Amino acid sequence: MSTSRETNFRYNGSMNASQPNPQPKDAKTVVTRADIDHIATLANLPISDGQSEELTKQVGGTVAYVSQLQSLPTDDVTETSQVTGLENVFREDEIDTSRMFTQEEALANAKNTYNGFFVVGRVLEEK
Amino acid sequence: MLADLPISVLAQKLKRSEITSEQLVAECYDRIEAYDGTINSFITVVDRKKAIERAKFIDAHRETFPSPLAGIPYVMKDAYLTKGVRTTAASKILDAFIAPYSSTVHQKLENVGAILIGKMNMDAWGHGASTENTDYGVTKNPWGSDRSAGGSGGGPAAAIASRFCVFGIGEDTGGSIRNPAAWNNITAMKVTYGRVSRYGAIAYASSLDTMGPTAKTAEDCAFVLEAIAGYDAYDATSSQKPVPSYTKALDKSIKGKKIAFPTEFYGDALDPNIKEAILVARDIFVKEGAEVTDVSLPLLEYGVPVYYILAPSETSSNLGRYDGVRYGNGRDLFTKENMRRIMTGTYALSSGYYDAYYKKAQKVRSLFIKEYEKLLSEYDAILSPVTPIMPSKFGELLDDPIKNMMADLYTVIVNIVGLPSLAIPCGFTKDNLPMGMQLVGAMFDESTLFALGNAYQKVTDWHTRSPNLVNS
Repeated sequence: MSTSRETNFRYNGSMNASQPNPQPKDAKTVVTRADIDHIATLANLPISDGQSEELTKQVGGTVAYVSQLQSLPTDDVTETSQVTGLENVFREDEIDTSRMFTQEEALANAKNTYNGFFVVGRVLEEK
Repeated sequence: MLADLPISVLAQKLKRSEITSEQLVAECYDRIEAYDGTINSFITVVDRKKAIERAKFIDAHRETFPSPLAGIPYVMKDAYLTKGVRTTAASKILDAFIAPYSSTVHQKLENVGAILIGKMNMDAWGHGASTENTDYGVTKNPWGSDRSAGGSGGGPAAAIASRFCVFGIGEDTGGSIRNPAAWNNITAMKVTYGRVSRYGAIAYASSLDTMGPTAKTAEDCAFVLEAIAGYDAYDATSSQKPVPSYTKALDKSIKGKKIAFPTEFYGDALDPNIKEAILVARDIFVKEGAEVTDVSLPLLEYGVPVYYILAPSETSSNLGRYDGVRYGNGRDLFTKENMRRIMTGTYALSSGYYDAYYKKAQKVRSLFIKEYEKLLSEYDAILSPVTPIMPSKFGELLDDPIKNMMADLYTVIVNIVGLPSLAIPCGFTKDNLPMGMQLVGAMFDESTLFALGNAYQKVTDWHTRSPNLVNS
Protein backbone atom coordinates (compact mmCIF):
# COMPACT_ATOMS: atom_id res chain seq x y z
CA MET A 1 0.00 0.00 0.00
CA SER A 2 1.13 3.53 -0.54
CA THR A 3 2.29 5.58 2.38
CA SER A 4 2.81 9.27 2.48
CA ARG A 5 6.48 10.08 2.68
CA GLU A 6 5.58 13.46 4.08
CA THR A 7 3.76 11.88 6.98
CA ASN A 8 6.01 8.96 7.68
CA PHE A 9 9.49 10.13 7.14
CA ARG A 10 9.57 13.71 8.17
CA TYR A 11 12.50 14.91 10.21
CA ASN A 12 11.50 14.92 13.84
CA GLY A 13 14.52 16.38 15.51
CA SER A 14 13.42 19.92 14.80
CA MET A 15 14.66 22.46 17.30
CA ASN A 16 11.50 24.41 16.71
CA ALA A 17 9.07 21.82 18.01
CA SER A 18 6.99 23.20 20.83
CA GLN A 19 8.14 22.10 24.27
CA PRO A 20 5.71 20.98 26.96
CA ASN A 21 6.01 22.20 30.49
CA PRO A 22 9.23 20.49 31.63
CA GLN A 23 8.27 20.36 35.32
CA PRO A 24 7.76 16.85 36.75
CA LYS A 25 4.08 16.46 37.35
CA ASP A 26 2.22 15.20 40.36
CA ALA A 27 -0.89 13.07 40.69
CA LYS A 28 -3.03 15.94 39.49
CA THR A 29 -1.23 15.96 36.16
CA VAL A 30 -3.26 17.19 33.25
CA VAL A 31 -2.08 16.06 29.85
CA THR A 32 -2.88 18.80 27.38
CA ARG A 33 -3.65 18.69 23.71
CA ALA A 34 -0.36 20.50 23.09
CA ASP A 35 1.48 17.75 25.03
CA ILE A 36 -0.14 15.12 22.85
CA ASP A 37 0.71 16.88 19.61
CA HIS A 38 4.30 17.29 20.75
CA ILE A 39 4.55 13.65 21.86
CA ALA A 40 3.07 12.48 18.54
CA THR A 41 5.84 14.36 16.76
CA LEU A 42 8.47 12.77 19.00
CA ALA A 43 6.95 9.32 18.45
CA ASN A 44 6.65 9.91 14.70
CA LEU A 45 2.96 9.03 14.76
CA PRO A 46 0.70 10.65 12.21
CA ILE A 47 -2.46 11.48 14.16
CA SER A 48 -5.56 13.36 13.10
CA ASP A 49 -7.25 16.13 15.09
CA GLY A 50 -9.90 13.69 16.24
CA GLN A 51 -7.29 11.18 17.39
CA SER A 52 -5.36 13.91 19.15
CA GLU A 53 -8.43 14.82 21.15
CA GLU A 54 -9.18 11.21 22.02
CA LEU A 55 -5.56 10.51 22.95
CA THR A 56 -5.47 13.59 25.18
CA LYS A 57 -8.26 12.04 27.23
CA GLN A 58 -6.94 8.48 27.18
CA VAL A 59 -3.25 9.14 27.75
CA GLY A 60 -4.27 11.68 30.38
CA GLY A 61 -6.36 9.02 32.12
CA THR A 62 -3.52 6.51 32.07
CA VAL A 63 -0.97 9.05 33.30
CA ALA A 64 -3.28 10.10 36.13
CA TYR A 65 -3.79 6.44 37.03
CA VAL A 66 -0.10 5.50 37.07
CA SER A 67 0.72 8.65 39.04
CA GLN A 68 -0.49 6.89 42.18
CA LEU A 69 3.08 5.56 42.40
CA GLN A 70 4.14 9.01 43.57
CA SER A 71 2.64 8.20 46.97
CA LEU A 72 5.14 5.37 47.58
CA PRO A 73 8.30 6.55 49.33
CA THR A 74 11.34 5.43 47.29
CA ASP A 75 14.04 7.91 48.27
CA ASP A 76 16.50 5.25 49.40
CA VAL A 77 15.63 2.75 46.68
CA THR A 78 17.90 2.02 43.72
CA GLU A 79 16.05 1.42 40.47
CA THR A 80 16.12 -1.98 38.74
CA SER A 81 16.40 -2.19 34.98
CA GLN A 82 17.57 -5.78 34.62
CA VAL A 83 16.04 -8.45 36.84
CA THR A 84 18.67 -11.17 36.61
CA GLY A 85 21.54 -8.86 37.48
CA LEU A 86 23.46 -9.15 34.22
CA GLU A 87 25.78 -6.29 33.43
CA ASN A 88 27.80 -5.40 30.37
CA VAL A 89 27.50 -8.63 28.42
CA PHE A 90 30.11 -8.46 25.68
CA ARG A 91 30.97 -10.63 22.71
CA GLU A 92 34.03 -10.70 20.50
CA ASP A 93 33.92 -8.03 17.82
CA GLU A 94 34.04 -10.56 15.01
CA ILE A 95 32.01 -10.99 11.88
CA ASP A 96 29.72 -14.01 12.02
CA THR A 97 29.29 -14.86 8.36
CA SER A 98 26.52 -17.33 9.13
CA ARG A 99 24.34 -14.39 10.13
CA MET A 100 25.14 -12.12 7.20
CA PHE A 101 22.43 -11.30 4.69
CA THR A 102 23.07 -11.08 1.01
CA GLN A 103 22.13 -7.70 -0.42
CA GLU A 104 19.10 -9.37 -1.96
CA GLU A 105 17.96 -10.77 1.41
CA ALA A 106 18.47 -7.44 3.14
CA LEU A 107 16.34 -5.65 0.55
CA ALA A 108 13.71 -8.36 0.10
CA ASN A 109 11.13 -6.77 2.42
CA ALA A 110 11.69 -3.12 1.46
CA LYS A 111 8.90 -1.33 -0.40
CA ASN A 112 11.15 1.19 -2.02
CA THR A 113 14.63 0.37 -3.30
CA TYR A 114 16.87 1.86 -5.93
CA ASN A 115 19.98 0.25 -7.45
CA GLY A 116 20.37 -2.09 -4.49
CA PHE A 117 19.82 0.60 -1.85
CA PHE A 118 16.96 1.45 0.49
CA VAL A 119 15.19 4.64 -0.48
CA VAL A 120 14.65 6.79 2.58
CA GLY A 121 12.58 9.90 3.04
CA ARG A 122 14.13 13.32 2.97
CA VAL A 123 15.29 14.34 6.45
CA LEU A 124 16.55 17.83 5.75
CA GLU A 125 14.41 20.73 4.74
CA GLU A 126 15.38 23.59 2.43
CA LYS A 127 15.59 26.94 4.14
CA MET B 1 -8.56 -37.57 18.43
CA LEU B 2 -4.79 -37.76 18.55
CA ALA B 3 -4.27 -34.13 19.60
CA ASP B 4 -6.05 -35.01 22.86
CA LEU B 5 -3.15 -37.24 23.86
CA PRO B 6 -0.21 -36.06 25.96
CA ILE B 7 3.15 -35.57 24.24
CA SER B 8 4.62 -38.50 26.18
CA VAL B 9 2.01 -40.87 24.73
CA LEU B 10 2.24 -39.44 21.21
CA ALA B 11 6.03 -39.74 21.27
CA GLN B 12 5.77 -43.37 22.33
CA LYS B 13 3.20 -44.20 19.67
CA LEU B 14 5.30 -42.49 17.00
CA LYS B 15 8.40 -44.34 18.13
CA ARG B 16 6.60 -47.68 17.97
CA SER B 17 5.09 -46.77 14.58
CA GLU B 18 1.58 -47.20 15.99
CA ILE B 19 0.81 -43.84 14.44
CA THR B 20 2.66 -41.63 11.97
CA SER B 21 3.45 -37.96 12.17
CA GLU B 22 1.75 -37.61 8.80
CA GLN B 23 -1.48 -38.92 10.32
CA LEU B 24 -1.21 -36.58 13.32
CA VAL B 25 -0.46 -33.52 11.20
CA ALA B 26 -3.25 -34.35 8.74
CA GLU B 27 -5.73 -34.68 11.58
CA CYS B 28 -4.77 -31.22 12.87
CA TYR B 29 -5.22 -29.70 9.41
CA ASP B 30 -8.62 -31.39 9.04
CA ARG B 31 -9.72 -29.78 12.29
CA ILE B 32 -8.33 -26.37 11.34
CA GLU B 33 -10.20 -26.53 8.03
CA ALA B 34 -13.40 -27.59 9.75
CA TYR B 35 -13.42 -25.20 12.69
CA ASP B 36 -10.97 -22.32 12.45
CA GLY B 37 -13.22 -20.37 10.11
CA THR B 38 -15.26 -19.66 13.23
CA ILE B 39 -12.51 -19.47 15.88
CA ASN B 40 -10.00 -17.47 13.76
CA SER B 41 -6.99 -18.47 15.80
CA PHE B 42 -4.58 -18.53 12.84
CA ILE B 43 -3.16 -15.55 10.98
CA THR B 44 -1.12 -17.77 8.68
CA VAL B 45 -1.64 -21.49 8.21
CA VAL B 46 1.54 -23.13 6.96
CA ASP B 47 0.93 -24.74 3.56
CA ARG B 48 -0.57 -28.15 4.30
CA LYS B 49 1.49 -29.92 1.65
CA LYS B 50 4.73 -28.55 3.09
CA ALA B 51 3.83 -29.62 6.61
CA ILE B 52 2.80 -33.09 5.45
CA GLU B 53 6.03 -33.44 3.50
CA ARG B 54 8.01 -32.52 6.59
CA ALA B 55 5.99 -35.04 8.62
CA LYS B 56 6.73 -37.76 6.07
CA PHE B 57 10.41 -36.89 6.23
CA ILE B 58 10.41 -37.16 10.04
CA ASP B 59 8.51 -40.46 9.81
CA ALA B 60 11.10 -41.81 7.38
CA HIS B 61 14.08 -40.66 9.46
CA ARG B 62 12.73 -41.17 12.95
CA GLU B 63 15.97 -42.67 14.28
CA THR B 64 17.78 -39.37 13.61
CA PHE B 65 15.16 -37.40 15.56
CA PRO B 66 15.19 -38.83 19.10
CA SER B 67 13.31 -35.87 20.64
CA PRO B 68 9.81 -36.56 22.00
CA LEU B 69 8.76 -33.49 19.99
CA ALA B 70 9.84 -35.01 16.66
CA GLY B 71 6.91 -35.11 14.28
CA ILE B 72 4.65 -33.20 16.67
CA PRO B 73 2.68 -30.29 15.12
CA TYR B 74 2.90 -26.95 16.90
CA VAL B 75 2.01 -23.29 16.44
CA MET B 76 3.71 -20.03 17.35
CA LYS B 77 2.28 -16.72 18.37
CA ASP B 78 2.89 -14.49 15.35
CA ALA B 79 5.56 -12.57 17.23
CA TYR B 80 8.29 -15.05 16.34
CA LEU B 81 10.37 -14.79 13.20
CA THR B 82 10.11 -17.91 11.09
CA LYS B 83 12.28 -17.94 8.00
CA GLY B 84 10.15 -18.37 4.91
CA VAL B 85 6.80 -18.12 6.74
CA ARG B 86 5.15 -14.70 7.11
CA THR B 87 5.43 -12.92 10.49
CA THR B 88 2.98 -10.08 11.17
CA ALA B 89 2.80 -9.43 14.94
CA ALA B 90 -0.92 -9.16 14.00
CA SER B 91 -0.23 -5.74 12.49
CA LYS B 92 -0.82 -4.63 8.90
CA ILE B 93 2.53 -2.88 9.21
CA LEU B 94 4.13 -6.30 8.75
CA ASP B 95 1.36 -7.72 6.56
CA ALA B 96 3.76 -9.03 3.92
CA PHE B 97 6.89 -9.44 6.04
CA ILE B 98 8.86 -12.63 5.50
CA ALA B 99 11.76 -12.80 7.91
CA PRO B 100 15.16 -13.63 6.44
CA TYR B 101 16.13 -15.54 9.58
CA SER B 102 14.46 -17.57 12.32
CA SER B 103 14.03 -16.94 16.00
CA THR B 104 16.13 -19.19 18.24
CA VAL B 105 13.04 -20.88 19.69
CA HIS B 106 11.75 -21.73 16.22
CA GLN B 107 15.18 -22.93 15.11
CA LYS B 108 15.52 -25.20 18.15
CA LEU B 109 12.11 -26.75 17.51
CA GLU B 110 12.89 -27.23 13.83
CA ASN B 111 16.17 -28.91 14.77
CA VAL B 112 14.44 -31.50 16.95
CA GLY B 113 11.86 -32.24 14.26
CA ALA B 114 8.73 -30.51 15.58
CA ILE B 115 6.45 -29.34 12.76
CA LEU B 116 5.29 -25.73 12.57
CA ILE B 117 1.75 -25.54 11.20
CA GLY B 118 0.73 -21.97 11.94
CA LYS B 119 1.41 -18.42 13.04
CA MET B 120 -1.20 -17.30 15.48
CA ASN B 121 -3.48 -14.39 16.19
CA MET B 122 -2.68 -11.93 18.97
CA ASP B 123 -3.19 -8.32 19.95
CA ALA B 124 -1.04 -6.35 17.52
CA TRP B 125 2.51 -6.08 18.91
CA GLY B 126 1.29 -7.81 22.10
CA HIS B 127 -0.73 -4.78 23.19
CA GLY B 128 -3.83 -6.12 24.87
CA ALA B 129 -5.49 -8.82 26.93
CA SER B 130 -8.19 -9.94 24.51
CA THR B 131 -6.82 -10.41 20.94
CA GLU B 132 -9.30 -7.73 19.91
CA ASN B 133 -6.54 -5.25 19.05
CA THR B 134 -5.55 -7.35 16.05
CA ASP B 135 -5.63 -6.37 12.40
CA TYR B 136 -6.68 -9.92 11.44
CA GLY B 137 -10.09 -10.23 13.07
CA VAL B 138 -10.78 -11.24 16.67
CA THR B 139 -10.15 -14.77 17.91
CA LYS B 140 -13.31 -16.25 19.34
CA ASN B 141 -13.16 -18.19 22.56
CA PRO B 142 -13.84 -21.87 21.75
CA TRP B 143 -15.75 -22.07 25.03
CA GLY B 144 -18.16 -19.26 24.08
CA SER B 145 -18.12 -17.54 20.73
CA ASP B 146 -19.31 -14.18 22.10
CA ARG B 147 -16.24 -14.04 24.30
CA SER B 148 -12.60 -13.17 23.89
CA ALA B 149 -9.94 -15.87 23.81
CA GLY B 150 -7.79 -13.65 25.99
CA GLY B 151 -4.61 -11.93 25.04
CA SER B 152 -2.31 -11.05 23.84
CA GLY B 153 -1.76 -14.68 22.76
CA GLY B 154 -5.40 -15.62 22.23
CA GLY B 155 -4.61 -17.42 18.97
CA PRO B 156 -2.22 -20.11 20.22
CA ALA B 157 -4.35 -20.74 23.32
CA ALA B 158 -7.60 -21.13 21.35
CA ALA B 159 -5.80 -23.45 18.91
CA ILE B 160 -4.58 -25.73 21.68
CA ALA B 161 -8.02 -25.79 23.33
CA SER B 162 -9.53 -26.60 19.91
CA ARG B 163 -6.96 -29.37 19.36
CA PHE B 164 -5.70 -27.78 16.14
CA CYS B 165 -2.15 -28.60 17.27
CA VAL B 166 -0.39 -30.34 20.14
CA PHE B 167 1.44 -27.39 21.67
CA GLY B 168 2.15 -23.73 21.12
CA ILE B 169 4.81 -21.16 21.80
CA GLY B 170 3.68 -17.95 23.42
CA GLU B 171 5.30 -14.76 24.56
CA ASP B 172 4.51 -13.17 27.92
CA THR B 173 5.27 -9.54 28.76
CA GLY B 174 2.46 -8.89 31.25
CA GLY B 175 0.32 -12.01 31.10
CA SER B 176 0.05 -12.76 27.38
CA ILE B 177 0.70 -16.48 27.86
CA ARG B 178 -1.18 -16.95 31.14
CA ASN B 179 -4.32 -14.90 30.58
CA PRO B 180 -5.31 -16.80 27.40
CA ALA B 181 -4.36 -20.07 29.10
CA ALA B 182 -6.85 -19.35 31.89
CA TRP B 183 -9.58 -18.34 29.45
CA ASN B 184 -9.12 -21.38 27.19
CA ASN B 185 -8.58 -24.14 29.77
CA ILE B 186 -4.98 -24.86 28.86
CA THR B 187 -1.68 -24.94 30.76
CA ALA B 188 1.18 -22.53 30.16
CA MET B 189 4.56 -21.68 31.60
CA LYS B 190 5.74 -18.08 31.78
CA VAL B 191 9.45 -18.66 32.31
CA THR B 192 11.98 -16.74 34.37
CA TYR B 193 13.28 -13.73 32.47
CA GLY B 194 16.30 -14.91 30.48
CA ARG B 195 15.50 -18.64 30.68
CA VAL B 196 14.52 -18.82 27.00
CA SER B 197 16.19 -16.80 24.25
CA ARG B 198 14.36 -13.73 22.96
CA TYR B 199 16.39 -13.70 19.76
CA GLY B 200 14.11 -13.27 16.77
CA ALA B 201 11.02 -12.59 18.85
CA ILE B 202 9.47 -9.23 18.06
CA ALA B 203 10.14 -7.10 21.11
CA TYR B 204 7.29 -5.56 23.07
CA ALA B 205 9.00 -4.47 26.32
CA SER B 206 12.53 -5.81 26.47
CA SER B 207 12.99 -5.93 30.24
CA LEU B 208 9.73 -7.89 30.66
CA ASP B 209 9.44 -10.13 27.56
CA THR B 210 9.64 -13.89 28.10
CA MET B 211 9.15 -16.81 25.70
CA GLY B 212 7.41 -19.94 26.82
CA PRO B 213 5.41 -23.09 26.17
CA THR B 214 1.64 -23.48 26.12
CA ALA B 215 -0.02 -26.89 25.99
CA LYS B 216 -2.67 -29.04 27.60
CA THR B 217 -0.75 -30.01 30.72
CA ALA B 218 2.20 -29.16 32.94
CA GLU B 219 3.84 -32.34 31.71
CA ASP B 220 3.59 -31.27 28.06
CA CYS B 221 4.94 -27.82 28.92
CA ALA B 222 7.92 -29.48 30.62
CA PHE B 223 8.74 -31.42 27.44
CA VAL B 224 8.59 -28.26 25.36
CA LEU B 225 10.53 -26.06 27.78
CA GLU B 226 13.29 -28.64 27.96
CA ALA B 227 13.69 -28.26 24.19
CA ILE B 228 13.70 -24.46 24.03
CA ALA B 229 15.38 -23.27 27.26
CA GLY B 230 19.00 -22.31 27.60
CA TYR B 231 21.71 -19.80 26.90
CA ASP B 232 21.85 -18.23 23.46
CA ALA B 233 24.84 -16.18 22.35
CA TYR B 234 22.45 -14.18 20.15
CA ASP B 235 20.52 -12.91 23.18
CA ALA B 236 22.80 -11.15 25.66
CA THR B 237 20.08 -11.26 28.32
CA SER B 238 19.67 -15.04 28.16
CA SER B 239 20.93 -16.83 31.24
CA GLN B 240 24.00 -19.04 31.36
CA LYS B 241 22.52 -21.06 34.22
CA PRO B 242 22.34 -24.76 33.27
CA VAL B 243 18.90 -26.04 32.27
CA PRO B 244 17.65 -28.78 34.62
CA SER B 245 15.56 -31.72 33.39
CA TYR B 246 12.03 -30.41 33.74
CA THR B 247 10.50 -33.75 32.83
CA LYS B 248 12.39 -35.42 35.67
CA ALA B 249 11.10 -32.76 38.05
CA LEU B 250 7.46 -33.57 37.21
CA ASP B 251 7.11 -36.51 39.54
CA LYS B 252 8.99 -35.05 42.50
CA SER B 253 6.95 -35.26 45.67
CA ILE B 254 5.16 -32.09 46.74
CA LYS B 255 4.83 -33.27 50.32
CA GLY B 256 5.90 -30.47 52.64
CA LYS B 257 6.11 -27.91 49.83
CA LYS B 258 5.18 -24.51 51.17
CA ILE B 259 2.65 -22.49 49.22
CA ALA B 260 1.91 -18.87 50.04
CA PHE B 261 -1.65 -17.60 49.69
CA PRO B 262 -1.62 -13.78 49.50
CA THR B 263 -4.88 -12.64 51.05
CA GLU B 264 -4.85 -9.28 49.20
CA PHE B 265 -5.23 -11.21 45.94
CA TYR B 266 -8.63 -12.56 46.96
CA GLY B 267 -10.47 -9.29 47.58
CA ASP B 268 -13.34 -7.55 45.84
CA ALA B 269 -11.54 -7.17 42.52
CA LEU B 270 -11.66 -10.94 41.98
CA ASP B 271 -14.64 -12.67 40.36
CA PRO B 272 -16.26 -14.82 43.10
CA ASN B 273 -16.36 -17.87 40.81
CA ILE B 274 -12.60 -17.77 40.39
CA LYS B 275 -12.07 -17.24 44.10
CA GLU B 276 -14.21 -20.24 44.92
CA ALA B 277 -12.40 -22.44 42.38
CA ILE B 278 -8.98 -21.50 43.75
CA LEU B 279 -10.09 -22.16 47.33
CA VAL B 280 -11.01 -25.68 46.21
CA ALA B 281 -7.60 -26.01 44.53
CA ARG B 282 -5.96 -24.82 47.73
CA ASP B 283 -7.58 -27.72 49.58
CA ILE B 284 -6.36 -30.13 46.93
CA PHE B 285 -2.78 -28.99 47.40
CA VAL B 286 -3.17 -29.48 51.14
CA LYS B 287 -4.61 -32.94 50.57
CA GLU B 288 -1.62 -33.78 48.40
CA GLY B 289 0.73 -32.90 51.24
CA ALA B 290 1.63 -29.26 50.62
CA GLU B 291 1.31 -26.61 53.31
CA VAL B 292 -0.69 -23.56 52.29
CA THR B 293 -0.36 -20.44 54.43
CA ASP B 294 -2.07 -17.04 54.26
CA VAL B 295 0.47 -14.28 53.65
CA SER B 296 0.40 -10.59 52.79
CA LEU B 297 1.69 -8.97 49.60
CA PRO B 298 0.57 -5.40 50.10
CA LEU B 299 2.19 -3.97 46.96
CA LEU B 300 -0.37 -5.69 44.68
CA GLU B 301 -2.23 -2.52 43.73
CA TYR B 302 0.97 -0.86 42.50
CA GLY B 303 1.74 -3.60 39.98
CA VAL B 304 -0.51 -2.30 37.22
CA PRO B 305 0.78 1.31 37.49
CA VAL B 306 4.41 0.10 37.39
CA TYR B 307 3.69 -2.10 34.39
CA TYR B 308 1.80 0.61 32.53
CA ILE B 309 4.81 2.89 32.80
CA LEU B 310 7.53 0.36 32.03
CA ALA B 311 5.85 -1.54 29.20
CA PRO B 312 4.60 1.48 27.19
CA SER B 313 7.96 3.22 27.67
CA GLU B 314 9.89 0.25 26.39
CA THR B 315 7.45 -0.42 23.57
CA SER B 316 7.61 3.20 22.41
CA SER B 317 11.32 2.67 21.98
CA ASN B 318 11.10 -0.82 20.44
CA LEU B 319 8.42 0.14 17.93
CA GLY B 320 10.39 3.19 16.88
CA ARG B 321 12.19 1.04 14.33
CA TYR B 322 9.05 0.37 12.29
CA ASP B 323 9.36 3.24 9.86
CA GLY B 324 8.62 1.33 6.66
CA VAL B 325 12.10 1.83 5.20
CA ARG B 326 13.79 -1.56 5.46
CA TYR B 327 10.60 -3.58 5.79
CA GLY B 328 6.90 -3.18 6.39
CA ASN B 329 4.41 -0.36 5.94
CA GLY B 330 4.13 3.05 7.56
CA ARG B 331 3.38 4.07 11.13
CA ASP B 332 -0.12 5.23 10.26
CA LEU B 333 -1.12 1.55 10.46
CA PHE B 334 -0.60 1.18 14.20
CA THR B 335 -3.90 0.34 15.95
CA LYS B 336 -5.52 2.71 18.41
CA GLU B 337 -4.21 0.63 21.31
CA ASN B 338 -0.69 0.66 19.82
CA MET B 339 -0.86 4.43 19.50
CA ARG B 340 -2.09 4.82 23.08
CA ARG B 341 0.81 2.78 24.41
CA ILE B 342 3.43 4.41 22.22
CA MET B 343 2.13 7.84 23.21
CA THR B 344 1.96 7.01 26.92
CA GLY B 345 5.49 5.61 26.80
CA THR B 346 6.89 8.51 24.84
CA TYR B 347 5.29 10.85 27.36
CA ALA B 348 6.78 8.94 30.32
CA LEU B 349 10.25 9.00 28.76
CA SER B 350 10.18 12.56 27.50
CA SER B 351 12.41 15.27 28.86
CA GLY B 352 11.33 16.46 32.29
CA TYR B 353 9.09 13.47 33.03
CA TYR B 354 11.60 10.61 32.99
CA ASP B 355 12.39 10.78 36.71
CA ALA B 356 8.76 11.11 37.74
CA TYR B 357 7.60 8.12 35.71
CA TYR B 358 10.10 5.66 34.27
CA LYS B 359 12.73 6.04 37.00
CA LYS B 360 10.06 6.01 39.70
CA ALA B 361 8.57 2.83 38.26
CA GLN B 362 12.01 1.19 38.18
CA LYS B 363 12.41 2.06 41.86
CA VAL B 364 9.04 0.56 42.75
CA ARG B 365 10.13 -2.43 40.71
CA SER B 366 12.98 -2.85 43.20
CA LEU B 367 10.44 -2.80 46.04
CA PHE B 368 8.49 -5.59 44.34
CA ILE B 369 11.65 -7.64 43.87
CA LYS B 370 12.50 -7.26 47.55
CA GLU B 371 8.99 -8.23 48.65
CA TYR B 372 8.90 -11.32 46.42
CA GLU B 373 12.46 -12.38 47.19
CA LYS B 374 11.67 -12.36 50.89
CA LEU B 375 8.45 -14.31 50.45
CA LEU B 376 10.01 -16.86 48.08
CA SER B 377 12.89 -17.45 50.46
CA GLU B 378 10.29 -18.80 52.88
CA TYR B 379 7.87 -20.41 50.43
CA ASP B 380 8.22 -22.64 47.36
CA ALA B 381 5.41 -21.02 45.41
CA ILE B 382 2.67 -18.41 45.52
CA LEU B 383 -0.89 -19.39 44.62
CA SER B 384 -2.59 -16.61 42.68
CA PRO B 385 -5.49 -16.05 40.30
CA VAL B 386 -4.48 -15.45 36.67
CA THR B 387 -7.17 -12.92 35.78
CA PRO B 388 -9.62 -11.11 38.05
CA ILE B 389 -12.41 -11.56 35.50
CA MET B 390 -14.02 -14.28 33.40
CA PRO B 391 -13.37 -14.23 29.61
CA SER B 392 -14.58 -10.79 28.56
CA LYS B 393 -17.36 -10.27 26.05
CA PHE B 394 -16.24 -8.58 22.85
CA GLY B 395 -15.96 -4.83 23.26
CA GLU B 396 -15.81 -4.87 27.06
CA LEU B 397 -12.10 -4.13 27.24
CA LEU B 398 -11.83 -1.98 24.12
CA ASP B 399 -11.54 1.76 24.48
CA ASP B 400 -11.55 1.56 28.25
CA PRO B 401 -7.83 1.77 29.05
CA ILE B 402 -8.25 1.40 32.81
CA LYS B 403 -10.51 -1.67 32.61
CA ASN B 404 -8.15 -3.12 30.02
CA MET B 405 -5.24 -2.59 32.40
CA MET B 406 -7.03 -4.15 35.37
CA ALA B 407 -7.37 -7.45 33.47
CA ASP B 408 -3.62 -7.73 34.04
CA LEU B 409 -3.78 -7.18 37.82
CA TYR B 410 -2.32 -10.54 38.86
CA THR B 411 -0.07 -11.25 35.90
CA VAL B 412 2.03 -8.11 35.41
CA ILE B 413 3.71 -8.30 38.82
CA VAL B 414 5.32 -11.59 37.83
CA ASN B 415 6.96 -9.93 34.82
CA ILE B 416 8.02 -6.90 36.82
CA VAL B 417 9.95 -9.20 39.18
CA GLY B 418 11.02 -11.63 36.43
CA LEU B 419 9.66 -14.76 38.11
CA PRO B 420 8.41 -18.00 36.51
CA SER B 421 4.71 -18.79 36.71
CA LEU B 422 2.70 -21.82 35.70
CA ALA B 423 -0.91 -21.16 34.71
CA ILE B 424 -3.21 -24.16 35.13
CA PRO B 425 -6.91 -24.81 34.64
CA CYS B 426 -8.78 -24.97 37.96
CA GLY B 427 -12.44 -25.33 37.08
CA PHE B 428 -15.49 -24.16 35.17
CA THR B 429 -18.40 -21.89 35.97
CA LYS B 430 -21.91 -23.25 35.70
CA ASP B 431 -21.99 -21.60 32.24
CA ASN B 432 -19.11 -23.86 31.24
CA LEU B 433 -16.49 -21.10 31.08
CA PRO B 434 -12.98 -22.10 32.14
CA MET B 435 -11.01 -20.57 35.00
CA GLY B 436 -7.31 -20.63 35.77
CA MET B 437 -4.86 -20.13 38.59
CA GLN B 438 -1.13 -19.55 38.60
CA LEU B 439 1.70 -20.88 40.71
CA VAL B 440 4.52 -18.36 40.92
CA GLY B 441 7.96 -19.60 41.86
CA ALA B 442 11.44 -18.37 42.70
CA MET B 443 13.80 -17.21 39.95
CA PHE B 444 14.83 -20.14 37.70
CA ASP B 445 12.80 -22.60 39.75
CA GLU B 446 10.42 -23.74 37.01
CA SER B 447 11.01 -27.31 38.25
CA THR B 448 9.09 -26.86 41.50
CA LEU B 449 6.17 -25.34 39.60
CA PHE B 450 6.08 -28.29 37.22
CA ALA B 451 6.03 -30.70 40.18
CA LEU B 452 3.18 -28.81 41.85
CA GLY B 453 1.23 -28.46 38.60
CA ASN B 454 1.68 -32.09 37.68
CA ALA B 455 0.63 -33.26 41.15
CA TYR B 456 -2.53 -31.16 40.87
CA GLN B 457 -3.31 -32.40 37.36
CA LYS B 458 -2.91 -36.02 38.45
CA VAL B 459 -5.86 -35.65 40.80
CA THR B 460 -8.03 -33.28 38.74
CA ASP B 461 -9.42 -33.53 35.23
CA TRP B 462 -10.13 -29.92 34.21
CA HIS B 463 -7.21 -30.00 31.78
CA THR B 464 -8.68 -32.99 29.92
CA ARG B 465 -11.83 -31.11 28.91
CA SER B 466 -12.12 -29.66 25.45
CA PRO B 467 -14.83 -27.46 23.94
CA ASN B 468 -17.57 -28.62 21.59
CA LEU B 469 -16.76 -26.85 18.35
CA VAL B 470 -19.19 -25.90 15.65
CA ASN B 471 -18.39 -26.45 11.97
CA SER B 472 -17.44 -23.23 10.20
